[in-house]
Amino acid sequence: MRIFLEQMINGLTIGSFYALIALGYSMVYGVMKLINFAHGDLFALGSYLGFSLLVWGSAYVTSHVGLAGGMIAAMLIAAIGIGMAGIIVERIAYRPIYPAGRLPAVVSALGVSIFLQNAIMVAWGPRYQAYPVNVVPTVRFEIGGIHITLLQIIILILSFILLALLYYIIQKTTFGAAIRASALDRDTAALMGININTVIFFIFALGPALGGTAGVMVGMYYRQISFTMGWNYGLKAFTATILGGIGNIPGAMVGGLLLGIFEMLGSAYISTAYKDVFVFLILILVLIFRPRGLLGEKVAEKV
Amino acid sequence: MFKDNSVNMEMSVDTNKINENINSDKKEALETQELTKRFGGLIAVNNFDLKVNQGEISSLIGPNGAGKTTVFNVVTGIYQPDGGRVIFKGEDLAGNKPHQIVAKGIARTFQNIRLFSNMTCLENVMSGQHCRGSAGVWSSVFKSSYQKGEENRIREEAERRLHQVGLWKFRDELAKNIAYGSQRMLEIARALASNPDLLILDEPSSGLNDKESEDLMKFLKIVLKEDLTILLIEHDMNVVMGISDWVTVMDEGKKIAGGLPEDIYHNPLVIEAYLGKEEGEEL
Amino acid sequence: MKLDKNIIFKNWLILIAIVLLSVAPFMMNNYWIDVFFFFGIYALLGLSLNIVLGEVGLFDLGHVAFMAIGAYTTAILNTKFGIPIIILLPVSALAAAGFAWLVCSPIIHLRGDYLCIVTIGMGEIVRLTLINNPFGITGGPNGVFGIDFPSLGNIFMIDNSTEFYFLIWIVVGLTILALINLQRSRIGRAWNCIREDEIAAESTGIDVRYYKLLAFILGAGLAGVAGNIYASKLMIVSPESFTFMESCMLFCIVLIGGMGSIPGVLIGAAAISLFPEVFRTFAQYRMLIFGAAMVIMMVFRPGGIWPRKRGAVEFKSLLLKAGRDNV
Repeated sequence: MRIFLEQMINGLTIGSFYALIALGYSMVYGVMKLINFAHGDLFALGSYLGFSLLVWGSAYVTSHVGLAGGMIAAMLIAAIGIGMAGIIVERIAYRPIYPAGRLPAVVSALGVSIFLQNAIMVAWGPRYQAYPVNVVPTVRFEIGGIHITLLQIIILILSFILLALLYYIIQKTTFGAAIRASALDRDTAALMGININTVIFFIFALGPALGGTAGVMVGMYYRQISFTMGWNYGLKAFTATILGGIGNIPGAMVGGLLLGIFEMLGSAYISTAYKDVFVFLILILVLIFRPRGLLGEKVAEKV
Repeated sequence: MFKDNSVNMEMSVDTNKINENINSDKKEALETQELTKRFGGLIAVNNFDLKVNQGEISSLIGPNGAGKTTVFNVVTGIYQPDGGRVIFKGEDLAGNKPHQIVAKGIARTFQNIRLFSNMTCLENVMSGQHCRGSAGVWSSVFKSSYQKGEENRIREEAERRLHQVGLWKFRDELAKNIAYGSQRMLEIARALASNPDLLILDEPSSGLNDKESEDLMKFLKIVLKEDLTILLIEHDMNVVMGISDWVTVMDEGKKIAGGLPEDIYHNPLVIEAYLGKEEGEEL
Repeated sequence: MKLDKNIIFKNWLILIAIVLLSVAPFMMNNYWIDVFFFFGIYALLGLSLNIVLGEVGLFDLGHVAFMAIGAYTTAILNTKFGIPIIILLPVSALAAAGFAWLVCSPIIHLRGDYLCIVTIGMGEIVRLTLINNPFGITGGPNGVFGIDFPSLGNIFMIDNSTEFYFLIWIVVGLTILALINLQRSRIGRAWNCIREDEIAAESTGIDVRYYKLLAFILGAGLAGVAGNIYASKLMIVSPESFTFMESCMLFCIVLIGGMGSIPGVLIGAAAISLFPEVFRTFAQYRMLIFGAAMVIMMVFRPGGIWPRKRGAVEFKSLLLKAGRDNV
């Protein structure tokens, strides 16, 4: 039981990374019907940006605002930087292609992904980079025999605040309603006076910004980052998106958290080597029985 | 197979009764019995009985949302019924997939035209004959003489159909590039290419101008002679009254009337369904 | 007539391509012959994915898994049991096709992006399983090595770059002939109909499920053939050759060339395999340039470089021949 609970906490932690990244996929897919393959690499870019800020700026930041301040500054700057990168990617690589249909945009997205991945490699070098050690003091708590680190607590709280905030924006505000309307039917939404360009701008800024924040968190949690990490996390997060039902915001959150938990339980009780096999098997099984994901609605095709 | 029912067409007061009797003399091509289809809480089709006589043109009419297209979709296997039977050639069609139903001899068109847009008109019609061919992968790869013969037959038949609907000149155009009216005819040609016994048309004249509608009516009367039965959903009353041998009226998923076009035209229940139940309202 | 000119132009182009390809290995060093060998492998894989993606429009982003099945079937049966490579060629094709049938049957009803993620998942499951060395037969991350060259007893052996070059290009050539015949048959038409409109296809009498599965099985079989040749050329197979990235590259081959277009696939394969070589001097920047080129390519030619043309060239009328073109 103790192991189970600890794995649940570990699972929730990495699940919250997946959820934060998955939101970017889901929002873009919802409105644009495009799988933004570059999203994983934007996340990786965020991780590297945070890394550089913490390494180069640590002396200045620690003397002025303390390490915790440095962490928050790194996340904020990574979020803003990656949000801007997301908008630039949309303007250059996707916007000119929309009229040509979905498939060319997929190739373009793959192109951006390869470009970003190699840009990171050229800029930071092909080897692993290690995050600084003492960004968050390594404190471990024991609650009823269950170990949990301070970093985990911070990550969990922070990502849940972000998820709740996004949930609020999407589900409760007028602008969120505009996004949901655009996801249902872009043309009709535009006819109803919703400014689609603002919506696109927003989702391509917000999604990558959340991804960039997740990038810094992943860097702090695992401490090791590499230029190929975008593919691995991107693939998992995309899996989470589909698991929850693509284009569905709460679905992406639930999918991400569930995927993290599956992965950790799989590695604890089945086999570490086969944990990813286990994750994909679950995904396939879910889709066989619920072809539109866990929270996806059953849509009868209009004939 | 153009049955002449004008002999029996004596106008009487209780037309519905007599018409039912006339109707029962004939052989049915298609019959639905107590057909029911639900979507969630909504009953789209409710205990619906439809009879389509062999060799006739039957129309299914009713206000918007009456469930007409749903009946078509159940008959052609796109939806499975929640109750009742669809009987075609003495066999219950329930459980068959759409392509199996086409093979059994029911071909259809769609309300909002569904062509294979990026294929040529000729290819569209040739595709209609898919279920009448049998060449497999190996004979196609090695172009066996059997496959070549079959392919030639498919093509000749497709070309004949294109001539028939007057689209021969567009044979090599992509289907998406031809005019709307031509697209409607192409879809009918594709359905006819499968050599069906029953042709189901979902609002064939919608979007057509008067001239085109008239041509369509003439065309349907001509192809009817090819041992065919036609069932159509139609909103254009000129078309319905002009070519139907039998009209069934549907409202809110139920059958409210069935009869010869003239009788349906004056049936108070039908007028009510279309115009609402207001006294003194004129058609 | 414009139509006849097109046919003549096309025939000349094909002739020139064949002549160039057959004299090429005698004018290049071994390095470039090998580059062209991999061009051939990519062409074969591109053609195999083109069946699934180009003809039927199914998003398959795990296609390299089928090649992996073919390559490992060859590698394991050859090194463990000494079965000759030539015999293993059809065996690998059947293994990959059988695997496709097994895996795709339950998921074939999924639409668009859901099918896409499932094929990605399948590709990853295959790769991870190979890394984990189940029953000690796949050799884990190091893979299987010591695979023989293709040979016919003692009479004939394919053991140098030029011979491998001809092997792969002859296979590609035969495949193209077979696929052209398929494209122009009722099967090819059925595939295209499904790509255009699944519901209309089903209502026109096409067994959508059957033809989708058939596309996967044929595509996988061809990828299995590519895996067999690849394994015997490299003499080693390892999981790192079958990553998600490779599947993405295959996806790009089909789309860069133009969906469902056979010349397009060849152009796409050339772009993917030759581009990094041409830009080799830029070393670490070449993939950067490559990514940017993909984006630019799609911005300016979203339909691909050589999209499939439909119409007159493929269909000379039968009635026209009979002189009935006066209706």
